[in-house]
Amino acid sequence: MEITNNNTTPVAHNPRLEVELCGVKLHNPVIPASGCFGYGYGMDEYYNLDILGSISFKGTTLHPRYGNPLPRAAECYQGMINSVGLQNPGIHKVISEELPRMREVFHNPIIANISGFSIDEYVECCRLIDKEEQVAIIELNVSCPNVHGGGMAFGTCAASVAEVVKEVKKVITKPLMVKLSPNVTDIVSIAKAAEEAGADALCLINTLLGMRIDLKTGKPVVANVMGGFSGPAIFPVALRMVWQVSHAVNIPVVGCGGVSSASDVIEMMMAGATAVEVGTANLLNPYACPDIITALPSLMDKLKIAKLSDLKNQ
Amino acid sequence: MSSNKQDRYKQHNFRIIENRQLAPKTWLMKLEGETSEIKATGQFINLAVEGCFLRRPISICDYSDSTITLLYDTVGKGTERMSRMTVGESINAITGLGNGFWTNVEAAHPVLIGGGIGCAPLLALAHALQAEEKSPEVILGFNTATDVVMPDMFEEIGIKCRISTADGSMGTRGFVTDVLREAAENGETFDYFYACGPLPMLRALTLGTDMPGQLSLDERMACGFGICMCCSLETRSGAKRICKEGPVFSKDELIWK
Repeated sequence: MEITNNNTTPVAHNPRLEVELCGVKLHNPVIPASGCFGYGYGMDEYYNLDILGSISFKGTTLHPRYGNPLPRAAECYQGMINSVGLQNPGIHKVISEELPRMREVFHNPIIANISGFSIDEYVECCRLIDKEEQVAIIELNVSCPNVHGGGMAFGTCAASVAEVVKEVKKVITKPLMVKLSPNVTDIVSIAKAAEEAGADALCLINTLLGMRIDLKTGKPVVANVMGGFSGPAIFPVALRMVWQVSHAVNIPVVGCGGVSSASDVIEMMMAGATAVEVGTANLLNPYACPDIITALPSLMDKLKIAKLSDLKNQ
Repeated sequence: MSSNKQDRYKQHNFRIIENRQLAPKTWLMKLEGETSEIKATGQFINLAVEGCFLRRPISICDYSDSTITLLYDTVGKGTERMSRMTVGESINAITGLGNGFWTNVEAAHPVLIGGGIGCAPLLALAHALQAEEKSPEVILGFNTATDVVMPDMFEEIGIKCRISTADGSMGTRGFVTDVLREAAENGETFDYFYACGPLPMLRALTLGTDMPGQLSLDERMACGFGICMCCSLETRSGAKRICKEGPVFSKDELIWK
């Protein structure tokens, strides 16, 4: 197929946008969030992916998962609900097939998003992905239910977050970033538990649990009844949690949740984020991330911000 | 990365040049703009509709070098908003999505079968088949006579459609499968089918015929270009995305539970 993009154009990075996350230098703080960018390839049809700071790849589990029944998506005001159910080909195929394809189209550091339903599963996936050269940071999705813990999500309990972080840290050499669930009563205590257990960074927030009902049928729109609510509607919640957590821990925080514009990026960084993940915005506009990156310098001029990294040091 | 259209692969602004009601629930919208990324009939475009968070995927009924014709049913907030848009308004779309129908198959006498709004993508397909000197027949199924749309569009390209209505108010009483059965009773044979319509129709069609064929599926989508995995389908060759590897699938690939 003929591709009329600007894939071959060399990427010029603006040093004003550079940030450092867990010792990893990123050209800019803009990172497509896990589940909203696949394994990168395919999106290279639209633009040269090397302009991105990093990519957090699709949540990967030990075994292949087909995921949940359809429909998996529901529309909301300024947001959407998804219940994909962690569809992915499993860690072995990700390493043998997806990562080589990803490497062809993306040459910056990769964030590997790992999900699991037991501690053993997290440990085994992290041990395997840790060996992959281009993987710079491992992102632990702790919003999955613990099948050995009565199905409660790991991320809703400080003790289980600490336990999974501790076990994973034993088998990896790369920085570990824990992506926290907002569906908790006290995000700060869980963030602190992750930090004390050895997390090198935190990413927040994952989606908020939500649902919609179809008025014509009286039944839930998504087949799995409930799903993860994302999009601009959750930005204030994410920002608040980033603020609370970044003031309570000494490790970097990556802001995620409804980020859709350059001003959202700066607002997140003013709240204490070192970098940001952009999720749902990619689904509405394949150019969401390049648009944000392009818009950052002029917005920084207007706000008299010399370098993005200065925001963190304020 | 400007909003300059040359830089925006597949994503463009279109001008509405026609938007009119054809039937109680069915509308025709014609757009003017960049169509070069449309590579096959049966592909769809994903429209950004004001006031709606997610885009609306609509299959391409017909297209030219500078226009796209869409047929849509007003079934919810997005399509109702679309029906209130006026000529001259601008609408953003991601075009050329999905695989579309393929015509490089051994089929001299194919039959195109549509149900309801699923009839829409068959028009451009009929054109394409005619261009390959094949002689497609068309069967369109609707609930009732007032819902019937498109026979005039097919007549313009020299194809007389056979119609079924569930209540018998026009054409054959019943479903498209009843029209197929009638044709067989009259000794008419087809060697391939292309179908688009509601799942029960596609299912009945597939399970009731030995003909090889292609089916275009419809599903609730979020992105429409293959990254969110909201429209994933289990097929005989593994999980496929309806928006990316589909929406058109070979009959042999689909699993009917």
